[in-house]
Amino acid sequence: MQAERFEKVSEFEWRVPPSGAMRVPAVIYADENLIRAMDEKVYEQVTNVATLPGIVEASYAMPDAHWGYGFPIGGVAAFDAEQGGVVSAGGVGFDISCGVRTLLTGLTRTQLEGHESPLADGLYSHIPVGLGSRGQISLDAKEMDAMLTGGARWAVERGYGSPEDLERVEEHGCMAGARPECVSERAKNRQRREMGTLGSGNHYLEVQQVVELFDEATAAVFGVQRGAVVVSIHCGSRGLGHQIGTEFLRDMAAGAPGQGITLPDRELACARIESELGQRYLGAMRAGINCALANRQIITHLTREVFARIFPQAGLTLLYDVSHNTCKREEHTVDGRSRPLFVHRKGATRAFGPGHPALPEDLSETGQPVLIGGSMGTSSYILTGTEVSETRAFSSACHGAGRAMSRHAARRRWRGRQLVDELAQRNILIRSPSSRGVAEEAPGAYKDVGAVVEAAEHAGLARRVARLEPVVCIKG
Amino acid sequence: MSMTGWEHFPHEADVGIRGYGPSLSVAFEQAALAMMAAIADVEGIESRQRVEIACEAPEPDLLLVEWLNALIYEMATRDMIFCRFAVTIEGTALSAQAWGEDVDVERHRPAAEVKGATYTALEVSRAADGGWMAQCVVDV
Repeated sequence: MQAERFEKVSEFEWRVPPSGAMRVPAVIYADENLIRAMDEKVYEQVTNVATLPGIVEASYAMPDAHWGYGFPIGGVAAFDAEQGGVVSAGGVGFDISCGVRTLLTGLTRTQLEGHESPLADGLYSHIPVGLGSRGQISLDAKEMDAMLTGGARWAVERGYGSPEDLERVEEHGCMAGARPECVSERAKNRQRREMGTLGSGNHYLEVQQVVELFDEATAAVFGVQRGAVVVSIHCGSRGLGHQIGTEFLRDMAAGAPGQGITLPDRELACARIESELGQRYLGAMRAGINCALANRQIITHLTREVFARIFPQAGLTLLYDVSHNTCKREEHTVDGRSRPLFVHRKGATRAFGPGHPALPEDLSETGQPVLIGGSMGTSSYILTGTEVSETRAFSSACHGAGRAMSRHAARRRWRGRQLVDELAQRNILIRSPSSRGVAEEAPGAYKDVGAVVEAAEHAGLARRVARLEPVVCIKG
Repeated sequence: MSMTGWEHFPHEADVGIRGYGPSLSVAFEQAALAMMAAIADVEGIESRQRVEIACEAPEPDLLLVEWLNALIYEMATRDMIFCRFAVTIEGTALSAQAWGEDVDVERHRPAAEVKGATYTALEVSRAADGGWMAQCVVDV
């Protein structure tokens, strides 16, 4: 993408002033190299979002932004219901509440020595992964609704994990306002046997080691030490979320003209927040968030079972659980006034700064942990929300590396088997049902996650705390 | 003589699928094959079971998305993967038969799970030679 198309506000903030149908400016937080590496479609999409009714302040893109559906992936936009604002199924995405959960294990890399293979095999055989895999849990209609209302809290009540886990999950593990009756039977059917499954594509479970600390004091509060072993789980709301996304995208695209909304792109499908369709979507989407939170909670339980067999001394506790495909009603100060806004984060992580009321007490002084997944074989990062996060993109940060190359191109360039061997040489064990899937997810197909988090830090979105490197990767 | 076939086209994060055929129905069949090929090698899938599918939409391009999403739903709820299709389109209604089998991870080695068909790069059109083309990006 041409950097010349933007006004350079600083090295890490680039702006497109409103023109044409744009109601607000478009702002990208990134350095010039990242901007140049982005697809031209990001410009089109971030400026398109700026045309939607009721948008507040600006249409934002994070440093890892890439070509998405309507919204760029790495897009953030907030809407005011009182100003005719909208909620958009495309602005949340198909994988509702896809996110990352990181567990501390209390183990050091040295203690893992010699046990890597049994651990990789144990995790791979115990956690359902990839297409056609099924969970052990089958939900009847009543349990389905209880899960969609209760989220991770429902999972804990059913014996998957402990109540302490919930304090380290956004919304304390349960998204309020979920309406299971707004979720179609087809969506529920897709989920009936998918609880506790990882999925495929870019989803994974990784055992990682902490290799670098940037902020020792915050790391200490997070319980993260150099050489420590952690586990990160990246997955979402599975078939249920996908089906909700599919159905509301269709209904919103069809309904927009009737609500007086002009869509520059059908994928921007949206409805007025206060309309019946908008309210129905919010109810269904919040149920989808609970599904994702319950799913990551069950996978946490399965992970603990595997660790308990191999490392009886290990105690897996939650560092945090973040979702990066959501729309949430939050209070934000705009023009000196606190207003309830509907903040869409599509491929973007919430990054509340110190003192935010949503944070658990023991994280109140550090800010919210921001968990950034890398790609198979590359680093992941733990960041934290900062004092200035609130003044940038409604306390939002990047979510990952972002793809630099299509699956198609990756498949031509790499062979899965060879990649697995090369990574094994670097002491990174990959377990996956598909070698083609591994090739499509090759580390080289992603942007440099280091450059992305550095830009996020310089832009004031979030601050780096620790860098992690993979030891074992279970890939769908 | 217009051609029959399918191909993938690149999208930064996902996969573009495209089908060609002498009729709209054949182009839709080929687009479905392209979607299956994004998941696994279609040559390795056998026609052991048949599933009936029906859907409708006001426009041909929206009908393509409905058709692909109906297949995604059948795959997800039946644990199946398909390799052959017979599509009939009458006005705004589509009815079809899809043949395939249960997913066998060892044999099919599925590379991805398709989450949904999208409106991105969505196009259904007819070329000067009369042949049809149907395409969109699928989210994986």
